[in-house]
Amino acid sequence: MATARHGTADGTDVVFHVHAVSKTYQTGDVTVAALRSVSLDLAAGEFVVILGPSGSGKSTLLNILGGLDTPTAGDVRFRDHWLSQAGDAGLTRFRREHVGFVFQFYNLIPSLTALENVILVTEIARHPMDASEALRRVGLTERRNHFPSQLSGGEQQRVAIARAIAKTPDILLCDEPTGALDYPTAKLVLDVLAQVNQQLRTLVAVITHNTAIAAMADRVVRLRSGEIIEVTRNAAKARPDELEW
Amino acid sequence: MAMLHRKLARDLAHLRGQSAAIVLVLACGVAAFVTMRAMYLSLLRSQATYYARYRFADVFAELKRAPNWVAGRIREIPGVAQVQTRVVMDVTLNVPGLREPAVGRLISMPASESGLNALFLRRGRFPEPDAPNEVIASEAFAAANHLRLGSRLQAIIRGRWQQLTVAGIALSPEYIYEIRGGGSLFPDNRRFGVLWMPPKALAAALDMKGAFNSAAVSLRPGANEAEVIAAMVRILDRYGCLGAYGRADQISHRFISDEISQNRISALIIPAIFLLVAALLVHLSFSRLVSMQRAEIAVLKAFGFTSRRIAIHYLHFSLVIAAAGYALGCAVGWVFGVRLAAVYAEFYRFPLLVYRPEPGVFLWAGIISAGTAIAGALAPAVRASALPPAEAMRPEAPQRFRPGRMDRLNARFHSAALRMMLRNVERRPWRALASGFAICTAIMIIVVEFGLFDSLDRIMELGFRDAQRSDITVTFNEARSTRAAQELARLPGVLASETFRAVPVRLRFEHRSRKTSLLGLSADGRMRLMIDQEGRRARMPPDGLILSTTLAELLRVRPGDSLQVEVLEGRRLVRRLPVTALVDEPLGTSAYMNRRALSRMLAEGALVSGAFLQADTSQQQVLYQRLKNLPAVAAVTVTRTALDSFRETVDRSMAISLWTLMVFAAIIAAGMIYNGARIALSERARELATLRILGFTRREIIAVLLGEQALIMAAALPFGFLAGYGLLALLAARLHTELYRMPLVLRTASYGWAFVMVLVAAVVSGLLVGQRIARLDLIAVLKARE
Repeated sequence: MATARHGTADGTDVVFHVHAVSKTYQTGDVTVAALRSVSLDLAAGEFVVILGPSGSGKSTLLNILGGLDTPTAGDVRFRDHWLSQAGDAGLTRFRREHVGFVFQFYNLIPSLTALENVILVTEIARHPMDASEALRRVGLTERRNHFPSQLSGGEQQRVAIARAIAKTPDILLCDEPTGALDYPTAKLVLDVLAQVNQQLRTLVAVITHNTAIAAMADRVVRLRSGEIIEVTRNAAKARPDELEW
Repeated sequence: MAMLHRKLARDLAHLRGQSAAIVLVLACGVAAFVTMRAMYLSLLRSQATYYARYRFADVFAELKRAPNWVAGRIREIPGVAQVQTRVVMDVTLNVPGLREPAVGRLISMPASESGLNALFLRRGRFPEPDAPNEVIASEAFAAANHLRLGSRLQAIIRGRWQQLTVAGIALSPEYIYEIRGGGSLFPDNRRFGVLWMPPKALAAALDMKGAFNSAAVSLRPGANEAEVIAAMVRILDRYGCLGAYGRADQISHRFISDEISQNRISALIIPAIFLLVAALLVHLSFSRLVSMQRAEIAVLKAFGFTSRRIAIHYLHFSLVIAAAGYALGCAVGWVFGVRLAAVYAEFYRFPLLVYRPEPGVFLWAGIISAGTAIAGALAPAVRASALPPAEAMRPEAPQRFRPGRMDRLNARFHSAALRMMLRNVERRPWRALASGFAICTAIMIIVVEFGLFDSLDRIMELGFRDAQRSDITVTFNEARSTRAAQELARLPGVLASETFRAVPVRLRFEHRSRKTSLLGLSADGRMRLMIDQEGRRARMPPDGLILSTTLAELLRVRPGDSLQVEVLEGRRLVRRLPVTALVDEPLGTSAYMNRRALSRMLAEGALVSGAFLQADTSQQQVLYQRLKNLPAVAAVTVTRTALDSFRETVDRSMAISLWTLMVFAAIIAAGMIYNGARIALSERARELATLRILGFTRREIIAVLLGEQALIMAAALPFGFLAGYGLLALLAARLHTELYRMPLVLRTASYGWAFVMVLVAAVVSGLLVGQRIARLDLIAVLKARE
C-alpha cells in the first residue's frame, strides 16, 4: 500500500473516509503544515478520541471533518458527500443535516433560554427529536427556561450537547468539551456523551489533550505534528465514572 | 502621543464603514446648513444692497389720473423723502414666437438718475428721451421670449397697434419677482413682462401728458409709514386713488421676504435634524468601540496614561470623523448652493445673485460639526476614562438576559430566531429607540416631501381643472356691452362662452381693508365655479358677498358680518354688503357676488368685463390671432398654459431641494441601519458564527442580524407616517399665504414611496453588512472565550 491506512474501522458501516489529507496554512512568508497526508476511516456508532498536544493538528482535522474547513490536498468523503470539493453552500448543508458540534466554551446563544437554544436547531433540522426530549437526555428538564447566564458551566455544556443531538446528527464532534469544566462536572458531561453514543448510536469524535478520556473510546487516534502516529483499539471501554485525572 | 495617533488611524481604517456612515449623515447636516444659511444670507444681502443702491420705494399708490403738480403736495407730507410719479399701464402685446397674446406693463422710466426704483441696465442702452418706440424690456421677459437688443414687438396702445423696439434689457427692484399680480401666483415670464419707456414718450402714447397714475415714495428714517399712507390716500382720493400700500403689500417684495424668512427657518431646522441623528450615530458607535477596546484601555492605563488622555483620545477620534463630515458637507453644500442660486436667479431677478458663502458660515459649520461629534462621543469617552485598569483587563461581563416584559408576547412566537431578535431589541431599548428615531425621521422627511407634491397637485386640480372649466379667459380693457361678448362668441373655434363682470373694489371691515377684484358670476354658470378644498362646489346665493376663506381671515370677517365695499371704477360707489358665505378655496383671495346682484348694486345695464370661452383646440391658432387683433381685449389667459407654467414653476423651483432632501433622508435611514447592523455584528460575531457552524446558511444569519433592524424599522414605520402626516398638517395649517392655502393631501402612494425609499436604503445597507457576514471566521469562534 502506497499510503499507510492508519485508522481503519473494523465495523462494516464506514461513514467517513479521510484519504491522504493535507492542510497547509500560509501566514505571511511562513507555510505551516497542520496536517500531512492523514488517512482515517470512521464507522457509524463509534466513539473515537483524538489525542494530541496543541499544534498537533487535531483541531484542523476536526474542522475538516465538521465541514468548517477544506483540505489543501487529499479527499474527505462522508457517505456520498465529497467534502474536500464542496463549496460553502455544500458544507453548510452538510453541517446542517449531519453534524452536531460541542465546543469548549459552549457557544450558546445568550438571548435564548436552554430550551430555545435547542429549538433553534430543531427548526432547521430535517429529522429532529423533540427539544424537550433532548434536554431530558442531558438531565436539564428542570432548567429549561433558564438563560445561559443563569446556568453553570457544566449545565451550559449539557445544553450545548442537547442542542447538538437534537437534530439527530450522524456525527457528534466535540472540541475539548471538558476543557473549561471542573473535574466532577467534566465527568458528568462525558457521561452524557457516552449515553448519546450508546443510546442513539451516534458517531462521537472527541478531541482533547486529556489522555484519561481515551479510556472511554472504542478507538484512540494520536496525532503529532500533523501526522497520525498511532491508532489503538480499546478492548474494553471504561465508564466515565471510572476515569481519573 | 504619536503612537496613540497611530492607533487612532488604524482604528479608523478598521471602522471605515461605520465612520463613513457617520461622515455621510453629518455631511448632510453640514451641507444643508452651508447651502441654506449661506443662501439666506446671500438673499438678504442681495436684497438690501439692491434696494439701497437702486432706491426701492417705501410706499406705493395707484390712482386713476392726477396732474403732475399733485406730486408737490405728496412731497410735503411729513416723513416723505422723495416722490416719483409715473404712468403705469397694462397693454396687450404681440410677441414674436408666442401664439397667444401677452400682457405688457408699460412703466415710465425714472426721469432723473437719482429717481426711485432705478433700473439696472443689463444690456443695451436707455432710450432717447423723445424716442416714441423704444423700450427697455425686463430681463426675465426678454429671456423667456428670446428677445434681444433690436427685437421688435407690437402693443395695442389706445386701440392701435404700435411697434416697439427693445433698446435695452434691465432689472428693477420693483420687479425682482416679476409677477402680474391680481390673482397670478407664479411668474409667467413668457406672457407677462415689464417694459419701461421714457416718461415723455409714454405719456404721449397713453394720453397722460402732464399727469400720472402711479406714485412711489421713499421715507425719511423714523417716518411713520401708516401716517404717510393715510395722508397720500387723502391727497389722491379725489384723483381716483385705487389704494396706497407699503412694501409689505408690494407683491415682489412680499414674495422675496417670505422666501428669505422661510430660508432662515429651514436653515435652522433641517440641519438640526441631521445633526441630531449624526450625534446619535456617533454615540452608538463609540459606545461599542469603547467596550471593544476595554483591554487596550486597561493596558494604556497600566502604562500610565491618564484618564484625561484616554478621554481626549476618543474625543479626538470623533473629531477626525467630524472633520471628514465637515469637509464633505462644505463641498457638497457649496455645489448645491451654486445650483440653488441658479434656480433663485431664474425667479428672483437681482443684478447679481451668486452663492458666495461668508467665512462665518464655514466657521459656524465647523463649530456645529465638532459640537455634534463631541456631543455624541462625550459619554462613551468619559466611560472609557473612568474604567479602572484591573476592571478593564477582565472581559466585559457576559450578556445577561432575563425573561423580559415582552416575553409574554414573545411566547406566542414559536420561532427561536424571532425571539432572539425581540430580546436583543428589548435588552438595549435606548439603542433601539435611537435607531427607530432616525428611521422615523427619515420616513417623516420623505412623507412630508411627497405630501407637498401631493398638495400642490391638489391645488392645481382644484384651481385649474375643477374651478376653471373654460379654456380661455378674455378680459376687456373696460366694461363693455353684451354685444362685445357676443362678438367673442362668434370668433372661430369658440364652442361656448359665458360672460362675467368683475370690478376692482376695496373691501373694508373695521380698520382692515383689502383691494381685490369682485367677480360677478351667474348662479347657473358652468365655466367658472367656486370650489372648496374638498372639491365641493359652493352655490351662488342671490345676494351678498362670498369670500374666499383666506380673504375672510385677512379681514377677520365671518358670514353675517357686513362689509363696506368701495368700487374703484366708474362712479366709485360705496355700499355696505353682508357676507353670506365663505368658500375655502385653495388659491387666491377672491370675492364673488351674484351677477344680477352686482349689476343691481352698480346700477348699470348689462355690462360685461370679459368672457370665459371653451374653444376647439384645432382652431386655436386662428382664435389667438383674432383675439390679439381685438382692441377691446386687455388680456387673454389660457387655462392650459397657466397650469403648465404653474407646474413648470413648481418643478423647477422645488424639485431640486425636495429630491435632495429625500436623498438625505435615505442617507439617514441607510446610515442608521448600517451602523446598527455593524454594531450588532461586532457584538454578536461569536453568536452568529456559532449559528453558521450549527448549519444556518449565510442568508439565514443575515436574516437574524438584519431582522432586528427590520423589526425596528417596522415599529418606526407607523410613527414615521404619523409624524410625517402631523408635520404636513402643521405646514398646511401654517402655510396659508394670501396666495394659496395648502390643502392637507397625502396620497396612499406617498406612504408607499416613503416606505420603498427607506426599504431600498435598508436593503443597500443590509447588503453591505451581509458581505461582512460572509467573512466571519468560523474557526476562530470555536477557540474564543467569551
